[in-house]
Formats: sequence, structure tokens, C-alpha cells
Amino acid sequence: MTDMKKDLVIIGGGPAGLSAAVSASREGAEDILIIERDTRLGGILNQCIHNGFGLHTFKEELTGPEYADRYIRQVEDGKIPYMLDTMVVDLAYDDGSGDKIITAMNAKDGLFTISAKAVILAMGCRERPRGALNIPGFRPSGIYSAGTAQYYVNMEGRMPGRKVVILGSGDIGLIMARRMTYEGAKVLCVAELQPYSGGLKRNIVQCLDDFGIPLLLSHTVVDIKGKKRLEGVTIAEVDENRKPIPGTEVFYECDTLLLSCGLIPENELSGKLGVRMNGVTGGAYVNESLETSVPGVYACGNVLHVHDLVDYVSGEADMAGKNAAAFILGRTGTDDGNVINIKTENGVRYSVPSVVRPALMGNTLTVRFRVGNEYRDKDLAVYLNGKQLMRLPKRVMAPGEMEQIVLVKSKVEEIIAASEAKEHEVVIRVEDKA
Amino acid sequence: MDIRELTCIRCPIGCHISVEMEEGKVVNITGNSCPRGAEYAASEVTDPVRTVTSLVRLKGGARPVVSVKTAGNVPKDRMMDVVAALKEVELEAPVHIGDVALRDVAGTGIDVVVTANA
Repeated sequence: MTDMKKDLVIIGGGPAGLSAAVSASREGAEDILIIERDTRLGGILNQCIHNGFGLHTFKEELTGPEYADRYIRQVEDGKIPYMLDTMVVDLAYDDGSGDKIITAMNAKDGLFTISAKAVILAMGCRERPRGALNIPGFRPSGIYSAGTAQYYVNMEGRMPGRKVVILGSGDIGLIMARRMTYEGAKVLCVAELQPYSGGLKRNIVQCLDDFGIPLLLSHTVVDIKGKKRLEGVTIAEVDENRKPIPGTEVFYECDTLLLSCGLIPENELSGKLGVRMNGVTGGAYVNESLETSVPGVYACGNVLHVHDLVDYVSGEADMAGKNAAAFILGRTGTDDGNVINIKTENGVRYSVPSVVRPALMGNTLTVRFRVGNEYRDKDLAVYLNGKQLMRLPKRVMAPGEMEQIVLVKSKVEEIIAASEAKEHEVVIRVEDKA
Repeated sequence: MDIRELTCIRCPIGCHISVEMEEGKVVNITGNSCPRGAEYAASEVTDPVRTVTSLVRLKGGARPVVSVKTAGNVPKDRMMDVVAALKEVELEAPVHIGDVALRDVAGTGIDVVVTANA
């Protein structure tokens, strides 16, 4: 017996959870609950006070809190229930009923359980911590993940330090370079281990170039000085194997080191449920409906794969909400047994989704992926059962920017009809210009 | 002829745009995928502008600061003047998205508005 019964529980009230809730409600799901561990809805958008959000979704440039507010208002107007300050601690599957059992807790209700017909995983991601980076040296104060520093500055109005070095050129690090400069700090440089930046080009332009902050590609921190408070860092150039080159060390005197070295989907709960995970993305494997290996459990947003733009998160979550509603209302459609496995190779690292049941896809299906290197003037080639589906010329592709292709159902069906087998294969790869 | 290469920041796609200049005048723009890109490139080589997002202090709210932005673009070389002017501003809670925090910031003719409900 559980304490509560719901049709749909959405874990996480950030951009993915909000958009999924709005969409599920619009599609006819009625008994929805959003569970959010923070004191307010909106997730990380609340501390992303910079602009650039929403150009695809709302055709205007919004700041993070403004973008979140657009969705929060839809949740409020639709009277979609949500719980704040509530943490989901366990997720299990009831083999008998097929229900998902959610264990959550908060200060008011204590520990309680909810059974749900469908669950949407929308827990987002977290930053790769210093411990995962193997930086030698002492552990003085003054070393923060870029997002933590962003929280201190933008939410609490406190400055973490005055003289700053940033390791890693992820977007949050770039954004913080500008923020800290605005607030009177001196940002000495951004060091990036890779020979390319992990962030969006526009952030390099607007957050570094505008302020004359150097971006040191193929550089990393090799030593940390200071026992109580950070006194400085030593930065060295690295070779093609990412190993520091002796003799290239330069000491930077600073009181703050920000780490912006990648984001990791936060999937502890998915693991507890036994969802099949993709080692490349750190998220679940999903099919065309964004359904995981556990029936009725969907994933969207940064818990599925780390996105570059919140607009894409909202779009993806909209689809997850729609499909979860269809699952609850028994409208998922009839499968004909055809399965397309999406294989990524030659520079393409992964794809979401990774499996497509063509009978259950919409008229079009957006497949998103990232490349593993910086490419210039190459083609993105897509094949289905060995036949070229499309070939897109690309001036620039970079690991920091998500790529996408759109599969058209009519075209897909035409090609698979020519095959006797039920199993098919789409291959996405980087190729030289045709 | 002078060619300026730049990355468009009008939207997150970040098109790589080439601007051909002759005697300080734009003669050709390539690489943009929308008219906004062409507009940005022309403006960026002649009169660069930026939206500034920052914070102002907030009295009586759940948090001591609230986020703001310039309601329009300001000249790129005036960004730090805008930020400096905002350091003098203190609002009183409650504030709402769109509330004016400061009119005509640093003489730019542009207002600064609140971007969060607090």
C-alpha cells in the first residue's frame, strides 16, 4: 500500500519537468504531480540571470528566470499540482501492477510513498566536481564549481573572490567569467584541456572576447598553491595526449579557481529503478517516445543527455509529457514489430533516441547528438539500411554544440518496406564533403 | 577590400559570418542563416551593442539581490558604466518581472528592468 496514487509523477521541477507537465496536461493527463527538491520551481534557470534563452520557443531573448516564469505560469494556470522542498529518495517497479513506486520525503510529511502509472525523469544534471578532475595540490578554500559560484553571486549576492582563474570552458564557466568581471573581479584566464572549447561560440564572444579574457586551449592546471586559502595556480600547456608539457608552466596568482569541466546527468534514481543506461551520455537509453527500458518511465532534459540550449530541453520534455499522457490514456498506438537501431560512428558520439519503432514515431522525429571533435567543412551523412537518407553540409561542428537531424516517417517507411527483416539500422556519421 | 570574420550572437546557433568591407562600409555579408544575422554582422562591425544582465540589491525579499537586464541593447563600450550604475540601485520587495529598476541607465536612453519575481 502506498500513501498516494497518481497517474503521472514528474521528478524535477526545472525546465524539463515544467514543460513535460504542461504538455502532459494539455494532452489530457489529469492526475499529475511534480516533485521538486528546491524551494521554488524553475531549477537551474533561477540562477541563470543572463539572456539568450527562448529564441526558439518564444521567438524572443529571455533571461533564465523569465524563461522559467513562462512555464511556471502555465503550470499555475493549469492548476497542475507540485510539491516543493521534497526529495525523491527511491524509485522502484512493481512487477505485479506495472506501477512505479516513488519514495519521497519532506519536512512536513516525513517519508511517504506514491504509486504512479507513469513517471517522467527530469532530474537534470550536476557539475563534475574537483574530485573527478585529479588536480594535484592542497585543498584550500577558494575552489568552486562554476555553478556554485553562480549561486553565491546571483542568488545570495556574495562574491567568492577577487582574482579568478577558470578551468574548463563549459558554458557556465564562460558566463561566470563575465559575471565576475561585472562584479569587479579580475578574471585572469580560462584554461581548457581540450584543443577546442566546450562552450557555445556566442559565449566565447560575449563573455571572454568582449572583456579581453584569454582562452588558453590545450592548457590545464597542474598545481594548486595555498593551504588555507588559494594563493595561485600553475597552468601548463598539454600535448596531443593531454599530458602537460614540461617547461610550459606559468604561475597565476589568484584567490579563486572556478571549475567548469562538464556536467553529469543525475541518475541515481534511474539506477535504482534498473533503467538501462548509456555510458556515453550518462543518461538512459530511450526509444522514439523517450521511454526508457522500463515501460511507462520516460526521461527528458539534462538527466537524459546534457543539452546546450534550454529550448531543446523544453521541446524534448514536451514530447516526453505527450507520450507519458498517451501511455496513461492507453493511446500509444500499435507497434508492427519493426525496429530501427541508430548507430553513431566516425565522429558522432551518441544519439537520442537510440532506438526507433517506426510505427510509433510521429510524422517527423528529431534525433539529437553530439560530435566528439571540432570539424570544419564536413558533411553529416545519414543512412538507413545502407541507403543514404540525407547529407547535410556543415561549416562547423563542435562538441559543445548539439546537432540534430529530422527523420521523416514516410521516407523511413518507404525504405524499410523494401526489407524482409524487422530489424533495421540508421547510421549517422561525419564524412568528407561529397 | 577588408574581410571581417565573426560569430553571430543573435541566437544560440552561432553562425560564422564573413563581412566584406570597403572603405569602412559593408559591401557583402555571407554565412548568416537569417536576416537577424546580417543585421548583427553589419552592426557589430560598425556600432557593436550588447544587452547587459546583472543584479541590483533588494530590500525585504527572500534573497538580498534580484536579477535585472537592460530593456534594449546598449553600446558595447558602455557595458561597465551600466553595471556601475546598477551598484547604486536598491529596490524594495516585492518586485515583478518587467518592473523598471532604473530609467535611462548611464545616459544610454535604455531602461533597466527586473527579470525575476522576488
